Amino acid sequence: MIRTSLAVLVIDENRIRASIIEAGLREAGHERVTVIHDVSGIARRIAEIEPDVIVIDLENPNRDMLENMFQLSRAVKRPIAMFVDRSDQASIEAAVDAGVSAYVVDGLRQERVKPILDMAVSRFNAFSRMARELEEARSELESRKVIDRAKGILMKSRGLTEEAAYTLLRKTAMNQNRKISDIAQSLVTAAGLLGPAEDE
Amino acid sequence: MGAEHQITAGFMPLFDSAVLVAAGELGFAAREGIDLTLHRETSWANIRDRIAIGHFDLAHMLGPMPLACNLGLTPLASETIVPFSLGLGGNCVTISNAVWAGMAAHGAVPDLDPARAGAALGAFIRERAAAGRDPLRFAVVHPHSGHNYELRYWLAACGIDPSREIEIVIVPPPFMADALAAGRIDGYCVGEPWNSAAVAAGIGHIVTVKALLWRNSPEKVIGVRKAWAEQSPEALAALLRALHHSARWCQDPANRDELAAVMAQRGFLGLPPVVQMPILTGRLRLGGGAELDIEDFFVPFDKAANFPWKSHSLWFYTQMVRWGHVAHTPENLAIARDCYRPDLYRSALKPLGVALPGANAKVEGALKVATPVGSAGASLVLGPDGFFDGQIFDPDEIDAYIAGQSRR
Repeated sequence: MIRTSLAVLVIDENRIRASIIEAGLREAGHERVTVIHDVSGIARRIAEIEPDVIVIDLENPNRDMLENMFQLSRAVKRPIAMFVDRSDQASIEAAVDAGVSAYVVDGLRQERVKPILDMAVSRFNAFSRMARELEEARSELESRKVIDRAKGILMKSRGLTEEAAYTLLRKTAMNQNRKISDIAQSLVTAAGLLGPAEDE
Repeated sequence: MGAEHQITAGFMPLFDSAVLVAAGELGFAAREGIDLTLHRETSWANIRDRIAIGHFDLAHMLGPMPLACNLGLTPLASETIVPFSLGLGGNCVTISNAVWAGMAAHGAVPDLDPARAGAALGAFIRERAAAGRDPLRFAVVHPHSGHNYELRYWLAACGIDPSREIEIVIVPPPFMADALAAGRIDGYCVGEPWNSAAVAAGIGHIVTVKALLWRNSPEKVIGVRKAWAEQSPEALAALLRALHHSARWCQDPANRDELAAVMAQRGFLGLPPVVQMPILTGRLRLGGGAELDIEDFFVPFDKAANFPWKSHSLWFYTQMVRWGHVAHTPENLAIARDCYRPDLYRSALKPLGVALPGANAKVEGALKVATPVGSAGASLVLGPDGFFDGQIFDPDEIDAYIAGQSRR
């Protein structure tokens, strides 16, 4: 017997993450994948798509509306339930930890759905990691900029070389048990308050 | 040294999470030896899921939500108990300007009187039906919510069938006013500040309030994972004491500005103090220039507001039965009765000499005026607790009450 491929609907307001999941599902051989970013008019879309599996991010504030619709709406021809298998607590925990949930139509066998949920979980985790790394890189860049400005202020007001200015910042940070970027930020703020702009 | 108890709690960014938020932010929890971590959530479904898998020990919840969990009405639910109520009242019914105009043509005036407003709405609904127009669409925040049940109660008591003559949909609270402005819904029942928000934007009218539909009636509660409560009785008792002190502080009008400033922070309600004033003062702008002071509009502490009355839990159960959410069976009735836990409230607060009610349930609707009651140790004033239609709910006569309820 030939298995028809599952229709998967991904509801995620985050377009980048949604496309990462979509790509993952397509790589895994799922051709019938639809991505929705905005839930307005979703009942009609569900009626058109007739999804077997719905993957949704937990940040979505419309989850309560969606759950209610899955149970009640005439547009949803087949009852849709949350993907819950009590015997697989670890998988449920992994999903909630990753920030994703899945709903499936009644009667769909668990082994056909689990790979989809596992895929979503791993892609959600990869996305979080990527977002975290980007944030770290961004704040690293910000710190470097503020340290450069603080060095400039010290070089100008105290006649220090760049190296001496940096050493002074580092020593102060160590003595106060704070980060160099914090000390630099304090210095830049204080300089802004006390005198004419140093470097603007 | 760290705190004696680590407790993790979830909440939704609604004003009636204030007692829980203030317990964490203003030191009431710390004074009871609790390190209370608060997590802001985006849906009730998330709160349910995170309680179920143990991310949260307890959470700010809709009053009927723990019943729905225990009655098996929701997926991934774990057994949840209610040892503390977060306050009474706080909700309104808001409608679009167009519906208000239609109601006004049938005798509605801006006095919030539920019977008069309901009669006018009913006449407008039938006029629309006769003209072949679509039914009005109302929104509530969740099917298992006080909002859904009080909206339906009001409409049914006014002769409107809430399942046939209108449509009821689910919309998250912060989106209500936008949905009303865009014409996707014609009205809604939600907690503050989302009613005053529509009035301030000039897009809606408040037509009645929870405090007039059922005086001093239950709204949000603290839902606790039963397994955690059983493992950590001392932590739970300490938390209930902290919540008690927090609620007393929240009730004091002298603390309004400070409470509003706490709730205004981005991590909590995240809305400026000025929009929190209607719920704090009970003075509402209704739309069209009308203003009204509502007695007991939202009660976070007085009137035994924190006591988890079994009669409140059982009334929610009667409404779940009424609207087909659950079958009335002896087993389900027992689950509903066991969900709210006044025994835990009593045992945690008795050592403080707090005024405690003499019984665990009361006849709802029996108190026509505020009434001092006999209580253990200190003085306590209850009620009034009347329903606007004069009905009485006696939890000892629950079969008769359920049998007497119409579906319209």
